[in-house]
Amino acid sequence: MAERYKLTQDALSALFEALAKDGRRILAPTDADGRTELNAVTSPDQVSKQYLQTILSAKETVFPKVERLLSYTTEGGKVDLKDAQPHALPTVLFGVRPCEAGAFKALDAVFNWDSRDKFFNARLEKLAIIGVSCTSADEACFCTSAGGGPGDTQGSDILLTPVQGGYLAEILTPRGEAIQALAPQFFQAGATEDKEAVLAKVEKAFDREALTAKLPGMFENPVWKQQSLRCIGCGACAFVCPTCVCFDIQEEADPKKGERLRLWDSCGFSLFTLHASGHNPREVQSARWRQRIYHKFAYYPERYQQYGCVGCGKCTRACPADMNLKEHLVEAAQAQ
Amino acid sequence: MESLKQKAKELLEAGEIKAVLGYARGTSDTRRPHVAMSALEVDKLVADQACTTNLANLLMKHEIKHLGKLAVVASRPSTLRSLLQLTAEHQVADGAILALVPAEGGVKQLGTAQAFEEHLALVPQKKTEKDQALLDRLKAMPRAERFAFWQKEFSRCMKCYACRNSCPMCYCERCTMDCNRPQWVPVPSHAVGNQEYHLVRAMHLAGRCVECGECGRACPVGIPVHLLTFFAEDSVRAQFGQGGGASATIDNALSTFRPDDKETFIR
Amino acid sequence: MCHCEDKNIYLPYLMRIAQVTQEAPGVKTFRLEFQNEEEGQKFEFKTGQFGLYSVFGEGESTFCIASSPTRKGYIECTFRESGRVTSALADKEVGDTIGFRGPYGNVFPLDAWKGKNLVFIAGGIALPPLRSVIWNCLDLRENFKDITVVYGARSVNDLVYKHELKEWEGRSDINLVCTVDPGGETPDWTGKVGFIPMVVEGLGLSAENTVAIVCGPPIMIKLTLPVLQKLGFPPENTYTTLENRMKCGLGKCGRCNTGSSYVCKDGPVYTLAQLNGLPAEY
Ligand SMILES: Cc1cc2nc3c(=O)[nH]c(=O)nc-3n(C[C@H](O)[C@H](O)[C@H](O)COP(=O)(O)OP(=O)(O)OC[C@H]3O[C@@H](n4cnc5c(N)ncnc54)[C@H](O)[C@@H]3O)c2cc1C
Ligand code: SF4
Ligand code: SF4
Ligand code: SF4
Ligand code: SF4
Ligand code: FES
Repeated sequence: MAERYKLTQDALSALFEALAKDGRRILAPTDADGRTELNAVTSPDQVSKQYLQTILSAKETVFPKVERLLSYTTEGGKVDLKDAQPHALPTVLFGVRPCEAGAFKALDAVFNWDSRDKFFNARLEKLAIIGVSCTSADEACFCTSAGGGPGDTQGSDILLTPVQGGYLAEILTPRGEAIQALAPQFFQAGATEDKEAVLAKVEKAFDREALTAKLPGMFENPVWKQQSLRCIGCGACAFVCPTCVCFDIQEEADPKKGERLRLWDSCGFSLFTLHASGHNPREVQSARWRQRIYHKFAYYPERYQQYGCVGCGKCTRACPADMNLKEHLVEAAQAQ
Repeated sequence: MESLKQKAKELLEAGEIKAVLGYARGTSDTRRPHVAMSALEVDKLVADQACTTNLANLLMKHEIKHLGKLAVVASRPSTLRSLLQLTAEHQVADGAILALVPAEGGVKQLGTAQAFEEHLALVPQKKTEKDQALLDRLKAMPRAERFAFWQKEFSRCMKCYACRNSCPMCYCERCTMDCNRPQWVPVPSHAVGNQEYHLVRAMHLAGRCVECGECGRACPVGIPVHLLTFFAEDSVRAQFGQGGGASATIDNALSTFRPDDKETFIR
Repeated sequence: MCHCEDKNIYLPYLMRIAQVTQEAPGVKTFRLEFQNEEEGQKFEFKTGQFGLYSVFGEGESTFCIASSPTRKGYIECTFRESGRVTSALADKEVGDTIGFRGPYGNVFPLDAWKGKNLVFIAGGIALPPLRSVIWNCLDLRENFKDITVVYGARSVNDLVYKHELKEWEGRSDINLVCTVDPGGETPDWTGKVGFIPMVVEGLGLSAENTVAIVCGPPIMIKLTLPVLQKLGFPPENTYTTLENRMKCGLGKCGRCNTGSSYVCKDGPVYTLAQLNGLPAEY
C-alpha cells in the first residue's frame, strides 16, 4: 500500500500554484449553470464543491472530439503531404473520480494494442491524474461491478480522499511522485484517517466475469430487443463515455488544401456500419445496442484482456431515453 | 393511473391494439418511455406529472412501428400535436394510432385527428416559464449579442444528435447530416460544423416544430436548442398565421407554393 | 515510453497513377507506383490483403490489393463507383497522385494450399480479391494441382479484366469458366449463360483434395455455399472475404467487426467454418 499523506485545503492551493509554476494546465470539475463541466482552473476555489461527476468524461484530454491526423496542399494533381503533430499541453486532471481515472487504461488498450497511436500517446504522456475518491454515488453508478470502487487507486497518479480538514493523499506512480516533489512540504506523512469510512457505498450488482462468459451464448436473446425499444440511436452514451473510443475519419478540404480529421463516432448511429450500397449489417437499433454491450463486456476482454466499461454511469445519466446500463447488465446477467 | 392500466389491458385483450407506448418508473425516480405488450408490462405504466417526454418520436421508430397497432399515452398535449403534424405530413394515417389521455378521474380515449384537435382546444399549448423568459431575453437581444450567445452554447455541442433523434418531426430515413454527396454540412463537431448543423435543423423545423421541447431536454450538455425552433416557430406564426402541430390538414408554410403568395418574389 | 518513436499510422504513401483501365461500366483499375521509390522497394504484401486508398479532398476508401505480390514495383486496385470517394477516384487520371495505406488484414494461406486443387468462384466486381490470388498461384504454378476459375457477371459488358480472361482462356494450366446471367449474353458470347450456383453445380467438381474460394455479392455467396456443401466441400476448405465498412484498417475505429472478429485485423479472409462460428453481422 502506498504511503498515506495528509494534504490540507490550504496546502492544495499551494500545490495548484506549484503546478502552474511548473507549466501545467489544471483541468477540474467546475459548476456551470447547474452542470458540472471539466474546465481549466488555477485555484481549488474554482473547483466544484459538490459534484458527483462531470457530464462529459475526461477522455477529451487524450482523444479530442476533433483531431487533425494530417494536412496537405494539392496542385495540379500533385500532393504535398504534411504529418500532423498533436498540440499536447502538460496537464493535470484534478478531481476526476476513480472510475474515470481507470478508463484511460481501456483507451490505451485500443489505441496501442497492435500499432501505436501517436496522437493519443503524445497527449497521454503529458497527463497526470489527481483523482478524488467518491463519498457519494447515485443510481447510475456501478464501479464495484466493473472492477473498481469509490476509492480505487488504479489509474490515478495521486488519489485524494476527502477527510476532515483536507485530504488523505496516496502517491501511486512516478508521475504522482513528481507532483509531490514540486511541493513536498505540503504532504504531511503519517496520516491515520480511515479512508474506507468516508467512501460511498456502492453495492455490487452483477458478476462481470460471469456475464462475459455468458454473453457469447446469448447473442440472439430477446433482452437486447426489449431493452433497446426506447433507444433512439443517438451518440450521447458513447460521447460522454470515458472508454468509448470508436471514431470516424473525415476529410475537410477546399480545392487547394485540406486536412484529414479523426472524430468521435458511435456504434449507436445507424450510419456507423452502413455501406455505400445501402446494405447495413446492423440494420436495427437492437443490433447496435447489443454491439455496445458486447464490445465492452465480451470483445474487449477477449482482445485486450481489459474491460471497456468502468461503471461510471455517465451514459445512463446522459441518455435521453433513460437506458440504464447497470439495470440492463443485471437483466442480461439474469436472463435465461 | 389505475384507469389507464385498466383501459390498456382491455384494449390489448380485445386485440384492438398490439402495444401501449407509455411511461414507466426510471432511474432516480424519473419517468422513461415504456412499451407494454402484456398485462405484466401494463402494470409498470405510470401516469403523473413527472411524465414529460414526448413519446411521439418513438412512434416513428422502425421497431416500434412494426409492433402493430399502437396506443400512445398522451400525458402531454405535445404528443397529440406531434400526431397531428405527422398526419399532416402523411407519416401517420388518421386513425392509425390511439391516444390515451390521462384525465381527472379516468382516461380519455381519442382515435382520430378530429378528436385530437378537439381535445387540444381544451388544453392550450404553453411554454414553460423558464423557456418563455429565455426566449423573450433572446428576442430582446441585439443581433450580435444573440449570435454570441448561440456561439457560446454551440461550443459545447458534440454532435451526438440526441436533439435530432428525440424530435418527433425529425423522422427522415436519411437526414441531410448523413449525406455526403454533396456534403452540405461539415461532419466534424467544430465551430462551423456545429453552427451549420443547428441552422439547418432549425430551418428544417420552422413551421413544423410542435414546441414539445424534447430536443432541448435530450441534450446531454444542456444547450437550449429547442429555443431555436421555438423562435423559428414564432416567426412562422407571425408571418404565415400558422404553426406546427395545429391541425392534421395544414400545408407546411415553408414548403408549400401558392400562386397567391403575399410575397412577389416567389410568384 | 517516448512518443517521438511513434510514427503516424494514418499517414498514407503517395502513389502515382501509372495506368488506368476501364474494366466495365463504372469499374476501373488503377496501377499505382510509389512516388518515393525507397518506400516502394520496402513495401511488401501478401495476397488477400487490402488497403485504404485516398483522394485528397474527399477521403479514404477500402479496396483489396488486386495485383499479385509476385509482381513487384506496383500495386493495382479495381473499384466500382459507389460513393463520394470512389466517384472522385474515378475522375483521376494517369500521373495524378492519390494516397494509399496498408497492407492490412490477413492473407490467403497459400502455403496450406500446396499440392491441392483450387476452385475460384467470383461474381460481379468480386473478381479483384481473387485476381490477386489467382495470379499469385499461377506465378507459383508448380505448387498447386488443377486450378479452376468460375467467373460470372450480370452481362458480358460487366465482366472485368476482359483481356486477362482471354489470356487465361488460352492457357492450358487453368480452367476458366465464364458465365453471364440469362439475358446478359451478346450474339458472339461463347461462354455459359446461367447463374453461378447452377453453373458450379453443373461442372462436376470433386471436393477431394480441393479448396474453394468464393467471392461475390451476398446473394451469390448465399446461394453458392449450399451447392459447395452438396458437392462435399467441408467448411474448413471453403474461403471467402468480407467487406464490412472500415475507417482505420488498424483495429481501432471499432466499426468493422462481425461479432468479436475485426474484419480489418482477423479478416478479410475467412473460412466458412470460421464464419459459421461468428454472428452474421456482414
Ligand atoms: C476489405 C475490403 C475490401 C474491399 N475491396 C473492394 C474492391 O476491391 N473493389 C471495390 O470496388 N470495393 C471494395 N470494397 C468496398 C468498398 O470499400 C466500398 O464499396 C466503397 O468504399 C464505398 O464507396 P465510397 O468509399 O466512395 O463511399 P463514400 O461515399 O466515400 O463513403 C461511403 C460511406 O459513407 C457514409 N456516409 C455518407 N454520408 C456521411 C456523413 N455525412 N457522415 C458520415 N458518413 C457518411 C455512407 O453511409 C457510406 O457508408 C472493399 C471493402 C472492404 C472492407
Ligand atoms: S459504458 Fe457507461 S458506465 Fe460504462 S464506462 Fe461508459 S459511460 Fe461509464
Ligand atoms: S442508449 Fe441512450 S444515449 Fe445511447 S444511443 Fe440509445 S438513446 Fe442514445
Ligand atoms: S424541434 Fe424540438 S421542440 Fe420542436 S418538435 Fe422537435 S423536439 Fe420538439
Ligand atoms: S443534443 Fe446537444 S450536444 Fe448533442 S447534437 Fe444536439 S445540441 Fe449538440
Ligand atoms: S476498420 Fe477500424 S477497427 Fe476495423
